[in-house]
Amino acid sequence: MWRYTAKRLIQGVITVWFIATATFAAMHMVPGDPLASEKAVSAEIRANLEAKYGLDKPVFQQYLIYLGNLARGDFGISFTQKNREVNDIIREHFPVSATLGLLAVTFAGLGGVLWGALTALYRNRLPDIIIMFLVILGISVPSFVVAAISQLGLVNLNNLLGFNVLPVGGWGTVSHMIVPALVLGLSTMAYLTRLMRSSMLEIINSDFVRTAKAKGLPPTRIFTKHQLRNAVLPVITVLGPAIAAITTGGFVVELVFAIPGLGRYFVEAVQQLDYTVIMGTTVFYGAFLVFMVIAVDVVYGLIDPRVRLD
Amino acid sequence: MAEQSFSADAFEPLHVEQHKQVLSRPSLSYWEDAWIRLKNNRRALISLYIVIALLAFTLIGPLVWQIDPSVQDLDQVSQPPWADRRATVVEPYTPWRGETLDSPGSGLRTAQPANTQAVRLIWDVDATAEGGYRIYRNIFPIGPEKAYGLPLGEQFSPDETWFEDRLDLKARGYYYTVVPLDARYQESGEGETLYVEVHNAITAQGAVKRGLIEDAAAVREGDAIKLALHPLGTDYLGRDLLSRLMHGARVSLFIGIVAPFLYVLLGVGYGATAGFLGSRADAVMMRFADFVVALPFLLFMILFKIMFGIGPGESGIMPMLIAMVILSWPATSRLVRGQILQIREEGYIGASRLLGAKTNYLVLRHMIPNTMGVILVTLTFAVPSAIFTEAFLSFIGMGVAPPTPSWGSMCNEGIKTMLSTPHELIFPALFISITVLAFNLLGDGLRDALDARMRSRE
Repeated sequence: MWRYTAKRLIQGVITVWFIATATFAAMHMVPGDPLASEKAVSAEIRANLEAKYGLDKPVFQQYLIYLGNLARGDFGISFTQKNREVNDIIREHFPVSATLGLLAVTFAGLGGVLWGALTALYRNRLPDIIIMFLVILGISVPSFVVAAISQLGLVNLNNLLGFNVLPVGGWGTVSHMIVPALVLGLSTMAYLTRLMRSSMLEIINSDFVRTAKAKGLPPTRIFTKHQLRNAVLPVITVLGPAIAAITTGGFVVELVFAIPGLGRYFVEAVQQLDYTVIMGTTVFYGAFLVFMVIAVDVVYGLIDPRVRLD
Repeated sequence: MAEQSFSADAFEPLHVEQHKQVLSRPSLSYWEDAWIRLKNNRRALISLYIVIALLAFTLIGPLVWQIDPSVQDLDQVSQPPWADRRATVVEPYTPWRGETLDSPGSGLRTAQPANTQAVRLIWDVDATAEGGYRIYRNIFPIGPEKAYGLPLGEQFSPDETWFEDRLDLKARGYYYTVVPLDARYQESGEGETLYVEVHNAITAQGAVKRGLIEDAAAVREGDAIKLALHPLGTDYLGRDLLSRLMHGARVSLFIGIVAPFLYVLLGVGYGATAGFLGSRADAVMMRFADFVVALPFLLFMILFKIMFGIGPGESGIMPMLIAMVILSWPATSRLVRGQILQIREEGYIGASRLLGAKTNYLVLRHMIPNTMGVILVTLTFAVPSAIFTEAFLSFIGMGVAPPTPSWGSMCNEGIKTMLSTPHELIFPALFISITVLAFNLLGDGLRDALDARMRSRE
């Protein structure tokens, strides 16, 4: 167990190093000069920046300086915003994205398991048909369209009732989070529903469920103890990639609902070619995702004793 | 005991009928079998027809509907498909100095029939309006919150009770509100609101210029002519939506089909090599694939995008294509590698090797054809995700550069006017959804038809 975790963590660190290198390489191939912007920086600032990032040195030395800074957790200072460290930007905006993402993953996970189990129990009957139709819809409609339509619906609902049931955009209270998180989690929820359904169908026909029925256990107990617990395992395996998909998918939802998250900030930084912010955010996101996937794998090993971690 | 008599022919040997096992149905190849399965799957078959229809829409459509997607029809800006296309021929615009109400007491009204050339309002003199009047326009009814909408202008004398609106008029209903101003030019008192239905108007010269009629002399003022046809309406710059959808489909479907094709090809090559080489090389190659998988996809799509840059006049399709290929191949390669590892142990590979088959021959002749089903299914499922990625990037403004239309960028433009003209968002969104849906269902059908192991239990 500990050996497995340690091994995965070391692999994770190497992966993050690869991500950092790829980011560095990509940013060095971007045409133009980070200091050549419309607002000419003064000679002193220029000298300071060159000294800090070794911009007058060969590329390999710049790379070493960059890695050294990263290892110390220093992502640098924003090029376009005065006196703003990338660390501050991440500290300020990442919790927003993380909260939204976490809520979305919770929605997607709970919803997926619930709907999937329901469709399997009502196989080929009306609830199954209705839910599977909605699932296909959820997979096929792009998230920005869902976001726009739900916003439109909210506006009309608020107008109709004459007071704000839920706010249409912005961030701050729990009521701001509900609709964006639902929209963000929707496609993952649809995907998980499908997965849960097929896994549940397999379990329903398995020997141990038949045994449980034969010895006269009540159906609710069979459902919770035997079916649900076993069927939910494949869903947990894909939660790692699902978290990755949801956190990056947050871009659009943050844009449409005017949420001050890191994704929106990244898009703005790209538009302004803010080198340090782009590099810092990419590496940070990459590292976050890598370690989330590791965490899910380790937790999976704890939940399912059949999985040997070594 | 009864006597039994036998005739001689009773001792004839029975005719032995040789029952050979005969195949009653023709033998089917793998692909024939798959095709029959697919044909029996109604959902998959309908999806296949939709895909074919979409391809026809993209390839043949622009030949049938030859409207330039970047030409602006300024008579019809942001018009939904059901908009009234009739326009009245009017005289060229002449300035209006205003006129006073000849019958006081009838309140706010239009001085002349309102049309898209100008809306001319007149109203009663309000003695308390020492500072004049302010005129507003709204496209929504005025509610209790008194949101009058867009301030159009002011008249600074209580006697100037007229106003001419020529600002970006469209054929629709407007709510005009006139609010009296006090001596300090502050709004005082209630405004008076008038609903004005604005109709299309066009001058004879304008109609000739737009190619609607041949000769300006052929029509007289007051005649009704039809404006240019836009079956799906126009966007916020007056561009034909149907034509833009067709040309946008070229971008979206091109990326959606070519990018998966390329990266699946790359993944197959890489995975097959790794699976076949095995041991050390396999481990190293797969570790590298793991690294590429770990790169945050969308962030790197955007990074690559700015890395390649978009020069003037370029559409930005190629950078997106390359970035997608670079980032997306590992999933396929892992799948193909797994298949190859499995197939490598099969008996027929051993037999072929025994007969002296070379590695290249084994891979190309036996291994890849046997993974073809899985590859085809992967390809079909890769198409919707590539279309999504393109739409997603174009939506956040990191995709194709304007004026090249793509479904994603059209959604991006449409979402800004979602409340007033929803058709600009709905049509491209509908096309994306239908395409993705069709490819997803087709993928499900193909998986059921081609791959016995992955056959879903639905």
